[in-house]
Amino acid sequence: MTERSLPVDGASVEAPSTGRGRASSGFGRYLFKHVSGAAVSLLLVLFSSFFIFRLIAGDPIDQLTKERPVSAEQRAAMRAEMGLDRPLWQQFWDYITGTLTMDLGESFQYRRPIFDLIVERLPATLLLSGTGMVLAVLLGFWIGTRSGWKQGSRFDKGHVATGLVLYSAPTFWLGMIVILVFARYLGLFPVNGMRSPSTPPDFWSQAVDIGHHLVLPVLTYTAVVYAGYLMIMRSSILDELGSDYLTTARAKGLRDDEVRQRHAVPNALLPTVTLVFLALGSVVNGSIVTETVFSWPGLGTLFVNSIFYPDRPVLQALFVLFSSSTILAVLCAEILYWFIDPRIRRS
Amino acid sequence: MTTTTVSPRALRRARRRQSFARSWAAYRSQRTGMIGLVLLGAIVVLALAAPILIDESALSVTRATGERMAPPSAAYPLGTDETGRSILALTLWGSRLSLVIGLTATVVAIVIGTTVGVTSGHIGGWYGWIALRLSDWFMVLPSLVVAIALLAVLGRSMATTITVIALVSWPGTTRLVRAQTLTVQSRPYLERAKALGAGHWHQMTKHLLPNVLPLVLASATLLVPSAILMESSLAWLGLGDPSVVSWGSILNRASENGAVSAHAWWYLLPPGLAILVVVLAFMMCGRALEAVFNPRLRGGS
Repeated sequence: MTERSLPVDGASVEAPSTGRGRASSGFGRYLFKHVSGAAVSLLLVLFSSFFIFRLIAGDPIDQLTKERPVSAEQRAAMRAEMGLDRPLWQQFWDYITGTLTMDLGESFQYRRPIFDLIVERLPATLLLSGTGMVLAVLLGFWIGTRSGWKQGSRFDKGHVATGLVLYSAPTFWLGMIVILVFARYLGLFPVNGMRSPSTPPDFWSQAVDIGHHLVLPVLTYTAVVYAGYLMIMRSSILDELGSDYLTTARAKGLRDDEVRQRHAVPNALLPTVTLVFLALGSVVNGSIVTETVFSWPGLGTLFVNSIFYPDRPVLQALFVLFSSSTILAVLCAEILYWFIDPRIRRS
Repeated sequence: MTTTTVSPRALRRARRRQSFARSWAAYRSQRTGMIGLVLLGAIVVLALAAPILIDESALSVTRATGERMAPPSAAYPLGTDETGRSILALTLWGSRLSLVIGLTATVVAIVIGTTVGVTSGHIGGWYGWIALRLSDWFMVLPSLVVAIALLAVLGRSMATTITVIALVSWPGTTRLVRAQTLTVQSRPYLERAKALGAGHWHQMTKHLLPNVLPLVLASATLLVPSAILMESSLAWLGLGDPSVVSWGSILNRASENGAVSAHAWWYLLPPGLAILVVVLAFMMCGRALEAVFNPRLRGGS
């Protein structure tokens, strides 16, 4: 499904298509198959970004010079400077080689190389979405395990209901409410941004300040995302519930907690590992919106701010970056699967 | 003993009625699904009745009568926005657009997804392989990024919003339908149809499609909430149709006009809660439907 999808009760969690292994498929072959697939996907991203931003979008000069009197010579000079006077295939070739060598062009609004902008803002994005994602996965898996284990209990019903409600809340709206309550009314946390200008420059003061700013965005982000992991883990546990090995474990006289943690959880985790990677698309979606609500100085805010300028080179570069990072994450998941699921190796 | 001959059509109709009654009974036994259905019914009635309840002139900025950003009062039960319009009127009218966009985008996505799914599963070969790769590719891309990129270059209008949401939503349905098509395909009765000389078109429309439709219905019900959420996110980012009012666009105006720093909770709560309730209602219905129609779930309990 698109942005979000939740598995339903008892729906076993499907692993992504890890390929129907052939008789003699070794790791090399498996690796080659998935790496080449990812390479084609990445190439498709480059093609489509060129298609969207250069062909559908029309002449960038028109947009840049909107409502300004520009002579024909000036336009021609601008075109030459941006390489727009050259044949399309050559522009495409320049674009591909440029992207591959990290030469992403210059931003219209900041007049700086886009690569520098990305490097500057990447840590903020990684900090927010990394913290949020780790928290969401831990919380979701922890609750999901207990929910599924005691299916139909009060704990289960309460947590599934809470998760569903938070899951249904639009991220940006939840962010606004969180700001209103915790920053405006209660004054516990800063309203937006990543650091206050008045903080002393030493490391610890800065770290504490950033941590203070981080609380509300992470809270918002985790609240919306964790329910997905909760449901994934819950249905994965439900799949394991009737298994013979659990009966064996119980017959050995293990306590219920031990049966759950030592036997059920490791098996239930297997299919969820890939789902965590596959959910990276929604991680990107969520962090774009969260960053925008909290004016967090990351890539998501940069992306949104570039829409209305319009700063097309930045949009294009970030489109490629966001898309290719999800493709690479899925590739990682597929490679990881080889090591954690012996069934692929045997087939 | 007289055997009453029943025409095939009547037989088919009776069977359909029977299976519908069975599904309905299974659906009705799920409490959350029924709550969702009732909620949904109420929301649709409210959306349809909006013109009767509040005149459309309440949406006009120039004819707004209230004070600017005033808290709830007797005349304006949910307060006013920065131009003095009633938030209640905006939220009520906004439901129409949010629902229309969510439903239309879902229908378009479902039609594309089902068509590609059935044809790629049935025909297979090169076409099937390419269709599968393409839907996989779309599935992995972050949907909001694609939607923003497309809207940024295509321009803002209702039609582009619907197109863009449909474009990022179809692959899930395709995968589901394709998998189901492949399962049905291997059943003996399809072989019988083939042996009797059924063409591709006949097989797809008479045998495969009716078999995948229940699952499609469940998946469609779960697609609507994500389409509504996507629409509201895009509208909140300022990428919605500027000439119409949707819940997302109300919240966009709220943040542009400093409703949060003005502590104008009455401006933020109604449209946001409306989105939440609609999305939740659709999810409850969709999850109940899936539990009814998904063969893997049906067998389990």
